[in-house]
Amino acid sequence: MMDADIRQNTYDDGSRDALTGEQRIRNFNINFGPQHPAAHGVLRMVLELDGEIVERADPHIGLLHRGTEKLMESRTYLQNLPYFDRLDYVAPMNQEHAWCLAIERLTGTVVPRRASLIRVLYSEIGRILNHLLNTTTQAMDVGALTPPLWGFEEREKLMVFYERACGARLHAAYFRPGGVHQDLPPALLDDIEAWADAFPKVLADLHTLLTENRIFKQRNADIGIVTEEDALRWGYSGVMVRGSGMAWDLRRSQPYECYDEFDFKIPVGKNGDCYDRYLVRMAEMEESTKIIKQAVAKLRKEPGDVLARGKITPPARGEMKRDMESLIHHFKLYTEGFHVPAGEVYAAVEAPKGEFGVYLVADGTNKPYRAKLRAPGFLHMQSIDWMSRGHLLADVSAIIGTMDIVFGEVDR
Amino acid sequence: MTDTTPAAGAAPEAAPHPLQVLADRIVAVRGADVVDTRIAYGELTVTIRAEAIVDVVRFLMTDDACKFSTLVDITAVDHPERAARFDVVWHFLSMYRNQRIRLKAAVAEDEMVPSLTGVNPSANWFEREIFDMFGILFSGHPDLRRILTDYGFRGHPLRKDFPTTGYVEVRYDEVAKRVVYEPVKLVQDYRQFDFLSPWEGARYILPGDDKATPKP
Repeated sequence: MMDADIRQNTYDDGSRDALTGEQRIRNFNINFGPQHPAAHGVLRMVLELDGEIVERADPHIGLLHRGTEKLMESRTYLQNLPYFDRLDYVAPMNQEHAWCLAIERLTGTVVPRRASLIRVLYSEIGRILNHLLNTTTQAMDVGALTPPLWGFEEREKLMVFYERACGARLHAAYFRPGGVHQDLPPALLDDIEAWADAFPKVLADLHTLLTENRIFKQRNADIGIVTEEDALRWGYSGVMVRGSGMAWDLRRSQPYECYDEFDFKIPVGKNGDCYDRYLVRMAEMEESTKIIKQAVAKLRKEPGDVLARGKITPPARGEMKRDMESLIHHFKLYTEGFHVPAGEVYAAVEAPKGEFGVYLVADGTNKPYRAKLRAPGFLHMQSIDWMSRGHLLADVSAIIGTMDIVFGEVDR
Repeated sequence: MTDTTPAAGAAPEAAPHPLQVLADRIVAVRGADVVDTRIAYGELTVTIRAEAIVDVVRFLMTDDACKFSTLVDITAVDHPERAARFDVVWHFLSMYRNQRIRLKAAVAEDEMVPSLTGVNPSANWFEREIFDMFGILFSGHPDLRRILTDYGFRGHPLRKDFPTTGYVEVRYDEVAKRVVYEPVKLVQDYRQFDFLSPWEGARYILPGDDKATPKP
């Protein structure tokens, strides 16, 4: 298992270290996880250590593999939607978004304006949900206990907004091909706005806890440095790219939904280390709050339908009670499901963790022929060997934290 | 999609579509490796010969008109009825030119695909995953192990002929005090409904319909 590597130094004068049997030093292999709290779920990583220095990291993933892609091939398009909540369960709606976009592009569905705004609103809520969890638990991984408690308080409020929109705190199934499932009640918009007004204060509090904290800085600054070249080589996306100084954001560069009419900045880091990525995430939460406020303002002004009425969406409830055709349509939609024309499409969204994409191959039936889920965490995870090499064992947890790994999406 | 984003696949007639320009450039330089180019839903798909993938990708990454810096995804699609059974699909993104491209190559079950790990290290896990899920071998891959499935797993789950239920199930055995593997035993057969309408979708003979003649 472990090779006994014997270090025997030779010196300039030709002398060598005297070795006895007890002095033999060999690298030490340990299992990091799958029950390690900083392994963010179910990562088993075999680390080869030279003292405290990581020589090699071999992540064994797949402990949360549920065969989502296989299951999707035997379910209709609509039945597949809830699987997306279970990928990155920290920001569920952002994943659903990619699936809806893929279907809408194949079927040529135009999403009503109000639905589009609601999607933007909830995507940004998802982004804050994710970044709150990530920045604060990463702080916990490097030794701070208070931040996650503060962060989870806000997450709780946001999940209530999720619940009030769709009835579920986590597994929303709210974005549907053609729009969103239900319109938002007016009171919810008020509450979201009130929350968005109060949130910058919480962010400022978090900043006072972490940003200039001596321990936090020592544990994160200059750890896990990623240059622009490295980010490209390893296929990074999202904050991992922006932390290294590239202003790459799909919301801006390849705008989907109606992101092009929102006013927000794309924060970028300078040094590409864990600390910069933390700062980028904090700044992104601020920007998301701005988008949320703008979206709420727009939603107030623009009432309307939230589902493109047509073949791929259910008829209005009231019509179903009166109209035979609507009843038939409803029945067919929820048994047979809608058919998607044959073709292949790759739809990507800027999920909080990076580019989340769906490669959908449709064969014209009611089920996807093949759906590949491209998770940003998968690529980030694979570079852990390169990134943690030469770092101390304690830095590994900081690095895993900064990569924003959630195993729901890595293992699928 | 909203009406503010450019409609999928709608190419303006006057100026050539940037993707068309890109496709022409690829055909001009690496025409021998390209089987087909197609633009659909606003995406460029270039079908190539599988054995040329490394050269094509190297060209795509270095050429100034392409600069496909990031490997987005590698995956495969199984078409069991075809002679060259699998389609291996590569997605690339150029952050500099803001373009995407999809490369595609048909591969038979006994064929090997050159690995991209030498050109782009991020191909590593993708190729491992395809090997795991489809059993496609990548020549020159440094570490072609299974990645997502269990240690000692048999079969390739995403092949169309692999049953969704799998072959083995695990449980904790109280007597042996460990997790044991057993063949899958279902109380009720796994049923797969397709819900296709017999008038439009279904191309097969319905069970019990002995009067039917096979449809073309």
